[in-house]
Amino acid sequence: MAELKANNRNNTVPLGKEKKPNKVLGFLNSKKVVPYVFVLPFIVSFAVLTLYPTIQAIIMSFQRILPGQIEFIGLQNYQRILNPAFYKALTNSTVYMLLTVLILVTIPIILAILLDSKLVRFKTFFRSALFIPALTSIVVAGVIFRLVSGESEFAVLNQIIGFFGFEPISWQFNAWSGMLLMVFMASWRWMGVNVLYFLAGLQSIPKELYESAEMDGANMFHKFRHVTLPFLKPIIIFVTTISIIGGFRVFEESYVIWEGNSPGNIGLTLVGLLYQQGIQQNDMGFGAAIGVVLLLLIFIVSIIYLLLTGAFKRGDE
Amino acid sequence: MKKNTTLTKWIVNIFFVVVSLIALFPLLSLIISSFRPSSELMRNGITFSINWSELSLYNYIHIFTQSPAYWEWYGNSLIISTLTIVLSLFFSSMVGYAMALYDFKGRNFLFLCVLVIIMIPFEVLMLPLYQLMINVNLINTYTGVMLPLIVAPTAVFFFRQYAMGLPAELMDAARIDGCTEYGIYFKIMAPLMLPSFSAMAILQGLNSWNNFLWPLLVIRSNDLFTLPIGLATLLTPYGNNYDTLIAGSVMTIIPIIVLFIFFQRYFVAGLASGSVKG
Repeated sequence: MAELKANNRNNTVPLGKEKKPNKVLGFLNSKKVVPYVFVLPFIVSFAVLTLYPTIQAIIMSFQRILPGQIEFIGLQNYQRILNPAFYKALTNSTVYMLLTVLILVTIPIILAILLDSKLVRFKTFFRSALFIPALTSIVVAGVIFRLVSGESEFAVLNQIIGFFGFEPISWQFNAWSGMLLMVFMASWRWMGVNVLYFLAGLQSIPKELYESAEMDGANMFHKFRHVTLPFLKPIIIFVTTISIIGGFRVFEESYVIWEGNSPGNIGLTLVGLLYQQGIQQNDMGFGAAIGVVLLLLIFIVSIIYLLLTGAFKRGDE
Repeated sequence: MKKNTTLTKWIVNIFFVVVSLIALFPLLSLIISSFRPSSELMRNGITFSINWSELSLYNYIHIFTQSPAYWEWYGNSLIISTLTIVLSLFFSSMVGYAMALYDFKGRNFLFLCVLVIIMIPFEVLMLPLYQLMINVNLINTYTGVMLPLIVAPTAVFFFRQYAMGLPAELMDAARIDGCTEYGIYFKIMAPLMLPSFSAMAILQGLNSWNNFLWPLLVIRSNDLFTLPIGLATLLTPYGNNYDTLIAGSVMTIIPIIVLFIFFQRYFVAGLASGSVKG
């Protein structure tokens, strides 16, 4: 098919050439050149905005960068990384990643399966309701979550735990509750989007499969285990992978709660540390080294995950 | 058996009503709170109980009459988002189209590059890009804020997928009629890609409207702040600006929600194309 198309196009080239006496225009309009004109913006932006900064980030991570004075200092930036603030940031980002992956994969699957079933009426309304939080900016989400987590016993979160008989908590000043706030915020914003992904996956499952499973006497659980899950697997892998990457990249959730200065670094994340060192302290070499470590971390964890789930294997389904 | 399913239906539907309420509660409570006095909001935060007698339009009157800075931010956000949508749709669609419908050397490699950009976290590139912006004097400019969003890899990816489904025969027919390759794109193929333009306009518009980390680095002067950056400066523990902050927050999301209600289909397509935590 592809060959056929290519042939068709080649046949038309002489026709196009006949009509173009102007050589420059003819050159710009030739089928060899046109695609490159179209993709030129991408080539330029890839070179300037991705390739160059990636290489530059690696180079910078071996440098001490002072205004007007740059020197190579070998691995010193990487040696400096091994300090308590970094461990704190690493732990926070990792815990955040694990919690958001757990919440933002399992709950959306359940919600999507229920929404896809014949049980629910007003599907569009429920789907929209879940989706609307994704439209809010992180700053507006921050305003809301700061206000619901106020110290006063009348603030929403304290009212809720008060209902179960607990004393009011200073949500923004405890390590565990601060983490929960960030996780709640992310879960609230991204739940609906993940539900959409799973809904799209569910709609691709042929209905006959359920019918034939029913004829074989499968119950709800069997159908879920042997029909739904295998079909959803690629989507589950996709959503989990982007959640792992997004989890390690956490910064804004923390910034809008504590403006970058959380008490006892309870909200310090890897990107937060990068921002603090690279931008606020203007220690760009050190910041770049944190970035490189973050990049490696994300690559290694994603690849291990993909290997474990067999995503690289071909033709097994 | 019949009774059983009716009961299950009730349980599941009530469950979804509760879930929807939880999802919508934060925004609804913010809207209600925007009518409360900011001092009270500062003291107690968002509460379940509403004291109807204290609700007033004060915060909104304040923001319309006393907060010229807020409207400057609004203007900046509108300009930056509009320009980002126009430029990024123009460039990303051409790239995606060419990758889908032309055979040329390096096509697969370029597509691989698209995927690589999607994979690399922006935060890692942030410092060198920031340095670059300083060196080329784009710090504190609209251009500097928009630049990383102009050729958006997710948009390129989406346009490519969409263009793959277009009939390539049309291109040949147009060539026989003497249309130039660029004419083919702008007159014939781009109009066919219209639904994908709508979805990507929403994705790019939302990304730009809500963009936080990059503008935080690039913009330095108050009069160039975008809405998220401006509002974030009001997020202090002292709460001295809560009147502008709360009413201002509500007014940044209302236009988006109105657009969502009208163009729901395109929102869903746009966001599902992979903007998670972007």
